[in-house]
Amino acid sequence: MTNLKDATFMGYRRENGRVGIRNHVIILPLDDLSNAACEAVAHNIKGALAIPHPYGRLQFGADLDLHFRTLIGTGCNPNVAGVVVIGIEPQWTGRVVDGIKASGKPVEGFWIEGNGDTATIAAASKAAYKMVKHASTLQRSPAKLSELWVSTKCGESDTTSGCGANPTVGNAFDKLYDIGSTLVFGETTELTGGEHLVEARCRTPEVKAKFRQMFDRYQDVIERHKTSDLSDSQPTKGNIAGGLTTIEEKALGNIQKIGKRCIVDSVLDKGEEPTISGLHFMDSSSAAAEMVTLCAAAGFAAHFFPTGQGNVIGNPILPVIKLCANPKTVRTMAEHIDVDVSGILRREENMDTAGDKLLDALMRTANGELTAAELLGHREFVLTRLYESA
Amino acid sequence: MIHFVVHEPGDGVGVVVVEGVKAGADLTGWVMDGDITLKMKSESDIPIGHKISLNDFKTGDTVMKYGVDIGKVVAPIKKGEHLHVQNVKTKRW
Repeated sequence: MTNLKDATFMGYRRENGRVGIRNHVIILPLDDLSNAACEAVAHNIKGALAIPHPYGRLQFGADLDLHFRTLIGTGCNPNVAGVVVIGIEPQWTGRVVDGIKASGKPVEGFWIEGNGDTATIAAASKAAYKMVKHASTLQRSPAKLSELWVSTKCGESDTTSGCGANPTVGNAFDKLYDIGSTLVFGETTELTGGEHLVEARCRTPEVKAKFRQMFDRYQDVIERHKTSDLSDSQPTKGNIAGGLTTIEEKALGNIQKIGKRCIVDSVLDKGEEPTISGLHFMDSSSAAAEMVTLCAAAGFAAHFFPTGQGNVIGNPILPVIKLCANPKTVRTMAEHIDVDVSGILRREENMDTAGDKLLDALMRTANGELTAAELLGHREFVLTRLYESA
Repeated sequence: MIHFVVHEPGDGVGVVVVEGVKAGADLTGWVMDGDITLKMKSESDIPIGHKISLNDFKTGDTVMKYGVDIGKVVAPIKKGEHLHVQNVKTKRW
């Protein structure tokens, strides 16, 4: 791709200056009790998208903070035009509403206690009606490619991920990094065996120390709870069927995603929004939908998802671009794959042409082309929990 | 035709990138870093995406891939054999 620095796409410029590539109005439940009402509102108002989830009750401490950070961040994401929040009671509902209000976009909250589902649904539907009508008048305008925040996570990797799909992301990330983009990678435990390589890429001793702290914190969780060498769960059965043997091997394949030139400019907690451009490491689960949900909460607008065996997840608000270098997967699961890079392993293309192919897909997605996951209705919204509720 | 790829010279494994590799087959490998071609015979049936051993290994040996330690050998492996969870385990957990 020539002259990436001047490349532009047509995006939605939000109230806070961020640019999105989708225009969702979401009906966001604070808690599990409010899912039914949210779904009813989305049924009433065509174009509104409910995002049900199973949590939000009796959580406390860091786990509760993460819950609010994720919901608020999802609402603030630039792919979202407006938000209707429904909760069981007004105080925590208000906390989510206030958090999203800071972004400047339309947001309203409703609660069920004292009102009942039916009245809540009626009031929330009226708010959603206005919001969807308003969103439908918003127009895309030119934005620089470097304003598009891109995240990455691999899923159902196999050895073709490390040889092909992941280095393709690395090549694209190098090119985006060069023009000043904001990028993120994560999957903390999946760096096990290669963490020294990530440390060597950290910009300052402070960043390196923070990375080390996050990495060790997650290793403690594994050590405390493990009952085996994890060879049943990490790598996954799918990874193993695809040929990945150890977590170290998986990690080395994983790390290919940060290319050769990217420097780790900051370290983020789960779902934390970056405050500077560059490449960020986010402490995060290696479970695909959990990690993509955290990336959306942190404000990322497009996602590179290299897969080997064929991971199928998407996200309600973050378009996931699937790329794959496994010739069997691109043949048997073609409807799930956006970018076929299996030519790398046949020496029909090199990392540079594959990276450009991925950047081309990013531009098309940014301009409105739907991804496989969007077309197939994959809207996995999975909250990360840190421990049991009280 | 490329049957397997190797990341770096010095790696102990290659990754089979075509379907249908059978024991006894003559294979062509491509070392990606350095653009080198290798020839060897397969000693096992190896599924696409799985690894072929480039050396003879003893129990306790280290396996290198990407120029980095990816695990320990837990059962002897001959050059050309299928290298996977039956003969290599993590050192980390």
